[in-house]
Amino acid sequence: MDDYMQNERVVSENRDKETFSEYVGEAVFTLVAVLAFTTFVLILAGAPPIDAYYHIFKGSLGSWVKFTHVIKAWIPLTLCSCGLIYTFRIGLWNIGVEGQVVMGAIFTTFALRLGVGSPLSGIYLVFSFLAGITGGAIWALLAGFLKTKGGVHEIFAGLGLNFVAQGMVLWLIFGPWRRPGVASMSGTEIFPSELWLPYISSLRLSPIGLASAFGALILTAAMIRHTRIGLYLKAIGNNPNSAYLFGLKPGRYMLIAMICAGGFAGLAGSMQVSGVYHRLIPSISSNYGYLSLLVVMLANYNVWIAPVIAFFFACLNVGSIQLPMMLQLDSSLSGVIQGTLVLATLAVHAWRRQVRKKGRVRRS
Amino acid sequence: MAQTSQEKGEGEAVMSEIDLTILFASVIAAAAPILLATLGETITEKSGIINLSLDGTIMLSAMSAFVIALKTDNLFVGFVFAAVVGGLVAAVVAFFSIYLKQNQVAVGFVLTLMTRDLAYFIGSPYSRMQGPQVGPMSIPVLRDIPFLGDVLFQHNLPVYFSMVMIGVVWWYMYKTRLGLRLRSVGENPEASYARGISPNRVQMVYAVCGGLLVGLAGAAFSLCIKPGWGQPQGAEGSGWIALALVIFGGWNPVKAALGAYLFAFLQVMSIYFQGWLPSIPAQVFQVAPFPLMIFILVIVFFAQKESFVRWAEDKPVIRAIIHALYAAAPSALGRRYSEE
Repeated sequence: MDDYMQNERVVSENRDKETFSEYVGEAVFTLVAVLAFTTFVLILAGAPPIDAYYHIFKGSLGSWVKFTHVIKAWIPLTLCSCGLIYTFRIGLWNIGVEGQVVMGAIFTTFALRLGVGSPLSGIYLVFSFLAGITGGAIWALLAGFLKTKGGVHEIFAGLGLNFVAQGMVLWLIFGPWRRPGVASMSGTEIFPSELWLPYISSLRLSPIGLASAFGALILTAAMIRHTRIGLYLKAIGNNPNSAYLFGLKPGRYMLIAMICAGGFAGLAGSMQVSGVYHRLIPSISSNYGYLSLLVVMLANYNVWIAPVIAFFFACLNVGSIQLPMMLQLDSSLSGVIQGTLVLATLAVHAWRRQVRKKGRVRRS
Repeated sequence: MAQTSQEKGEGEAVMSEIDLTILFASVIAAAAPILLATLGETITEKSGIINLSLDGTIMLSAMSAFVIALKTDNLFVGFVFAAVVGGLVAAVVAFFSIYLKQNQVAVGFVLTLMTRDLAYFIGSPYSRMQGPQVGPMSIPVLRDIPFLGDVLFQHNLPVYFSMVMIGVVWWYMYKTRLGLRLRSVGENPEASYARGISPNRVQMVYAVCGGLLVGLAGAAFSLCIKPGWGQPQGAEGSGWIALALVIFGGWNPVKAALGAYLFAFLQVMSIYFQGWLPSIPAQVFQVAPFPLMIFILVIVFFAQKESFVRWAEDKPVIRAIIHALYAAAPSALGRRYSEE
């Protein structure tokens, strides 16, 4: 029963057989389909579609300030996507990534609270990173143990832990860490600026955050392509039984993959606290964990395509914030576009593959 | 009456004594949506398809039910529309799996997020609006039975429907020829195909049937249990609970229904507990169902373990529990099958 959802490979690399023009054709067709569906939804909601698209574009790439907001969303998305590359490789659905971001944020807030008033703020900042990574990894490891020892599918384990982590944030904000005077949804008290991640003042963007995202990409690419762990993850993901006969312990590598994923997610949560909000807020993860699952699926589990998709998704997320202000629409339109995009990509790709297969059969 | 009693329970929170009649009646009422979703998913999974999109589907159908009922001022149309929405989403999952050979878990997960966002997007102008709501309808004669009459027959139509469906689904699955076909496709599509059954068609039909029930579950939320629409609506997470309850019930509709009632009982009890133990923060009660869900799944897993079963052999109580929790998934669940 423990593997009833598990009997197929998650990662499939079957893109290489098609030519470039076919690939572009597929992409254009997919985008047209997504645009058609989104326009239909907008008309259904009684909104002007062209205006909505214009505001999303202008709200994300219209100015340097907006662009830095996009980058601020891109950093956690990319970090989470890097983490998910490991778990998808081995065939795990790490839906718990959302809770791992939240846990990273909680641990970071805890570390930074210790550093309030201390002259060694730099050391506390580094400590808060490590705390965040640890927090995410612990939460991932918990889901991993439930999977390998407790027989709970990682989707249920991860999801349950997401809700627990979210409950914990609310409890901390309204309980032990509440602001002196009044506890509110606006979060804990803002940290003194010594405990903020150093940022370029004209852009309000942290170079450390940006560097860590690029570092995560390079590290992940190297780990997956050039190390034994990367190879083993792929071997187990492709065929757990034969990997087991080969002497690999799937359970152990599942835990390793979970720790990697949780670590990156925890770092993303850490950056959200120290680099973006400078406090713990109820929606600290901003759904970036769930969104990064879509990013990695749309990137076909490729390390170098993921950041490009993440950038596009970040544009949609940041741009759609304009919708409530400008057109009195809900900003969840970005989620509709992103989800439709993934579904349309899967559908068009599968359809094209079937057409090709039929053509081959006819020719032979 | 059940509804007002439940609201009273929620409103007052502090209750020194439990009135058993009210308690059980509120459990029966509160369980209705989760019960419908669990039954629907049981049907779908029994045919070998996993519809992971439940959580989003419930949100989208809850929103559609409320908006349509508000606009047409007709509750029945709202329920029908919600069922159609649920069936449509399920059809997308089945289509991707059967005809496009895509991973059901992947498609279901994307749909979970997408449909929820769609619900929030389209529903936002209607949030926190006053709308129609299903009224109580007690059943004459039966309501006069002492105790049982108050517990079972003082509800509204969707609650009766959910109770009747337990029996209907069980009977259909285990006592009819079509139900046998449904189960055979979920267990062994190759053999079913050899016997002249089309697994593709069977899976498509039952995925949609299951989806219809899930859609009704959404409507039961927004038109009965948590009337109205908002962000959050209050039904978030219930789809995942229903998915876990299918496993808890061992893919048996009656056992899954018992699971749904057990869950609703704990939910109602948590309202009382909140009153008794005000020092425990409300957030603990809100997330409590989810660790519980994980815990139950762990127990279900150990109930299948041979070493554990052997250990429990001379412990009658534990053995009985393990026996009750024995769950075998349909063998072909989540597996793609191509006719030919």
